[in-house]
Amino acid sequence: MAKLLMLMLEGTLTSLRIFFLTLMFALPLGLVVAKGRMSRHRIISSIVNGYIMIMRGTPLILQLIFVYFAPYYIFGASTDRFTAVIIAYAINYAAYFAEIYRGGIQSIPDGQLEAASVLGFTKFHTFTHIVMPQVVKRIMPAMGNEVITLVKDTALAQTIGVAELFRVAQNAAAREFSTMPIFFAGVFYFVMNAIVSKSFDFIERKLDYYR
Amino acid sequence: MAVITVSQVKKSFSTLEVLKDISFSLSSGEVLSIIGPSGSGKSTLLRCITNLETVDSGTITIGGDSLVTTGSDGTAVYADHATIARIRLRVGLVFQNFNLFPHFSVMRNLTEAQVHVLKTSKQEAQERSYELLGKMGLKDKASAYPYQLSGGQQQRVSIARALALRPQVLCFDEPTSALDPELTGEILAVIKELASEHMTMMVVTHEMAFARDISNRVIFMDEGLIVEEGTPEEVFSLTQNDRTRRFLSRFST
Repeated sequence: MAKLLMLMLEGTLTSLRIFFLTLMFALPLGLVVAKGRMSRHRIISSIVNGYIMIMRGTPLILQLIFVYFAPYYIFGASTDRFTAVIIAYAINYAAYFAEIYRGGIQSIPDGQLEAASVLGFTKFHTFTHIVMPQVVKRIMPAMGNEVITLVKDTALAQTIGVAELFRVAQNAAAREFSTMPIFFAGVFYFVMNAIVSKSFDFIERKLDYYR
Repeated sequence: MAVITVSQVKKSFSTLEVLKDISFSLSSGEVLSIIGPSGSGKSTLLRCITNLETVDSGTITIGGDSLVTTGSDGTAVYADHATIARIRLRVGLVFQNFNLFPHFSVMRNLTEAQVHVLKTSKQEAQERSYELLGKMGLKDKASAYPYQLSGGQQQRVSIARALALRPQVLCFDEPTSALDPELTGEILAVIKELASEHMTMMVVTHEMAFARDISNRVIFMDEGLIVEEGTPEEVFSLTQNDRTRRFLSRFST
């Protein structure tokens, strides 16, 4: 039992690494994608739009397999499994984040930009100090949804053989002819998401000082 | 001395001609009211002067420097970015909907541009802001957030925010249209006080009695044209113009 728990904690650690690394890359990448999507250049915005269509229109599991195997068929060399997972997740989640950012950015009233312009702020200062702080507050509920989904999506990494929490649980279940490890895994995911939910509640309360 | 000179300004939104050949000038210390029906182009004119909209042709000069001139082909030629950045600060703008930054305290709403645009020290900016808030009767609201204030208080903060940059001209775009009659009085009193200090102002307003009382000069606009221009007495009492009379007949000033 103690050994099973150790194995599952190890798997959880892998899941958490996928989780945090994906966020680390997808959160900023999403902003770049959102900016591209809103670009006035037709070519840029339609390329980015196409990328978002593909990322949201095909299964993540398929994208994961593609990212892992495509380099092998094209270049004859494959990337490390874990790296493939991070790349696939980051570009997939960036697409979702980008659309949330875009919704947030476009919800800021024009009057805010006009006031900033009349006061002489640079475009950069307006974006970083006037627009983004207000966007962050507005997109929190939608981001909470996505981040919770990401916790559960880490289970897909086993598709290309990364031993994350769910794979560890399945192996243990097969070894011991028992579904208990799977049930345990469920509890692990639930606890992780409870922490994520509470964190988002906390941030939302922190941002509640203005309306 | 003219602080703002507008000459032959034209502006269209696709096929709609909003400004058809507007010319006027504003002298230092003068209070100019612009009245007229909705859609007559008053706000657009103000927005062109504050560079929120671009003109199609014509010239606008602010404090002796050209914001926009007319090129040899008849289209508008704007000054370079650095020049625009420099001269646009000479004109402050107070909006109908205040447009305060909701995530900043009242104090930060006032200091942000002083610190980041004028590069004033934080301490100096705060002193200036306290002074302005005192003048607006809002000294105790420095740490409040905009949502905690009444509409009238928010508008006074936004006037203070504009004044904090020491503009040569302060423009008001229907500053009381979002306020009830009581709060309207509050704002008009502030503008009146600024007028008594010889602040140069341009006020787009539907408050006829107010325009008559505080202005040195009144412009009546309709359908993108200046129909009449003169002293308040000339426009409100002695006008011979049919269009002006029809417009004013709806107000019992």
